[in-house]
Amino acid sequence: MKINLNVDVHHLTRVEGHGNIKIKVQDGNVLEARWDVVETPRFFEAMLKNKHYTTAGILAARICGICSISHCLCSITSSEQAFGVKIPDAAAKLRLLAKHAENMQSHVLHVLFLAAPDFLGESSVIPLIAKKPAVVAVAARLKGFSNRLCDAVAGRTTHPVTFQVGGVLTAPPKTVLMGFKKEVEEVVLPDLAAVAELMATLQIPDFVRETEFVSLKGKTEYPFIGQDVASTDGVLRKAKDYLSITNEYVDVNNTSKWTRLSRDSYAVGALARFNNNYSLLRPEAAKAAADLKLVPVCHNPFMNNVAQVVESIHSAHEIVRLIDELGDTSLNDLMAEVKPKAGEGFGAVEAPRGILFHHYTYDKTGRIVTADCVVPTTQNNANIHLDMQSLARQFAVKGMTDEKLEILSSMLVRSYDPCISCSVH
Amino acid sequence: MKYLGIELQKPKIAVFDFTSCEGCQLQLVNKEDTLADFLNAVEVVNFREASSYRGDDYDIAFIEGSISRNDEVKRLTKIREKAKVLVALGSCACFGGVNKLKNEFDVKTINREIYGKDPKETLWVKSVGEIVKVDLEIPGCPISKTEVETIVRHLIWGTPFTFPVYPVCVECKQRFTTCLMEKGHLCLGPITRGGCNAPCPAGGLGCWGCRGPATDPNYESFFAICKERGFSRAEIDERMGFFSAFGEVHGK
Repeated sequence: MKINLNVDVHHLTRVEGHGNIKIKVQDGNVLEARWDVVETPRFFEAMLKNKHYTTAGILAARICGICSISHCLCSITSSEQAFGVKIPDAAAKLRLLAKHAENMQSHVLHVLFLAAPDFLGESSVIPLIAKKPAVVAVAARLKGFSNRLCDAVAGRTTHPVTFQVGGVLTAPPKTVLMGFKKEVEEVVLPDLAAVAELMATLQIPDFVRETEFVSLKGKTEYPFIGQDVASTDGVLRKAKDYLSITNEYVDVNNTSKWTRLSRDSYAVGALARFNNNYSLLRPEAAKAAADLKLVPVCHNPFMNNVAQVVESIHSAHEIVRLIDELGDTSLNDLMAEVKPKAGEGFGAVEAPRGILFHHYTYDKTGRIVTADCVVPTTQNNANIHLDMQSLARQFAVKGMTDEKLEILSSMLVRSYDPCISCSVH
Repeated sequence: MKYLGIELQKPKIAVFDFTSCEGCQLQLVNKEDTLADFLNAVEVVNFREASSYRGDDYDIAFIEGSISRNDEVKRLTKIREKAKVLVALGSCACFGGVNKLKNEFDVKTINREIYGKDPKETLWVKSVGEIVKVDLEIPGCPISKTEVETIVRHLIWGTPFTFPVYPVCVECKQRFTTCLMEKGHLCLGPITRGGCNAPCPAGGLGCWGCRGPATDPNYESFFAICKERGFSRAEIDERMGFFSAFGEVHGK
């Protein structure tokens, strides 16, 4: 039997932003297999020009509606490096607390609201409200918890308000933080255990394409904000050398740029962080990884969903640790003195979808001269595109139908939890 | 959904995204304690970010984002033809939002700077209302889900919704937030429409005016207060231009 397949997805659903999938198989030969981003560019790197350092973080947050906390933090750490500012310890802890809350919020949104319907055979989470009320209740509780924690620490989940160059403007009362700690112990951890149990029952597609994974590299802690970058191909560099890591280039069919390092493409995100830093996970999260058969270095992109659940468990425990430490710290001193000067800074933050770089140069009045942002999904797009070709080759077999291949290829893209408007910025 | 044994009318809603960060759509699936009720009160026929089901039969189209490419103009015009009611969702849709900061630059030059020899198609950024008729504008960067819930209740009841006429300052007083102006910060609270519950001043950041002007704002008095406190007109203009929400005043 001759195998002919045709998949043409215009504006893929249940992802952030606009992208298209095209697969054409004729007589068993893959003629075409593409992932193309067609999002409208917004030109943030131009908009950031001439902006005062007090405005840069507020504008940069608007690059992404889901990971605005990461963009804001990456922006202000870049400015702080340019001005040689060291922020108070309590401010650093509050920022990291918000990072963990954002990570959990984003992962829960992706795994349970966007990806899970595929595994459960539904078009969205809406029919699941009636069919799987317990799962939806867990999802809503976890997302609600992490959103409320972001609101309390960052002032707002989407487009944070309390983070400024020099530190943090306001802190929530310690009694409020203690309430969140209690909620983690009593509600969040049991709920996450239920999510891990659910994950164990889902059939993860058996697909492997060897690639390179890039992320921050932690020394003593699983990293979210830092300067050391590593890859599974043995690259070890500083954030200031990000251009030699990302090697951005323009593809004619895509409004998102593409990137490459040691191979034709590389991947970032929860799976990349796990592959580079698994030994730094909290023991409870490491156990969940082992239970869910997530073993480093894992080259199955569909396992990114599992890595996100593992990271959520890690973040829940880190949230408790940070709240305990903040309980023993004075929250009066949250801002360092900031004296703008001419210079440059390199921010590197692990957004939920992967490593994010912001690089600014400043004039002596504290206004941006040049800005460059390399966004996680920008770094994933070429890798998804190459996965798509490999997936088409592997699954263009007897019994495959257009419908099945459309679902499988859509699930592949969704596994990366793409933030497409962010990738174009 | 029944109330006192009576089947309620569910408006068929669709959500469409254009040039934006998609953060306003995300707010629609936030506020988890009432999310199931919210989704039960409406029939979602098209919401690409959250659902694979795509229907064309909708009463209310929520439009997120500003318009910056020809295909977006065409798509928006088609949606306008189908929708009974078209709602601009968020500051990008209502005013152009931060995306309009791009209009300060020469598009060809920045296109070359960012994409080199393969420039991408892009237009001068416009708000939704600059392209098609808008029936209701819900401003905010991002929108307030609480406000959207109230508006949807009004849509179901068929009673008109009115935004607060007062500025953000009123909500700071309600929350006992110390005035940012008194602390020496620039704040657009006195001239910006309330209804957001003033999260930015509560977090220690002044108001940036994402919701646009309050009803009949007293600009003269605001500028005088700012001058007294040592803020330059250039500084105020830059702030008022951030979301392009005060077009008629600062001349954009």
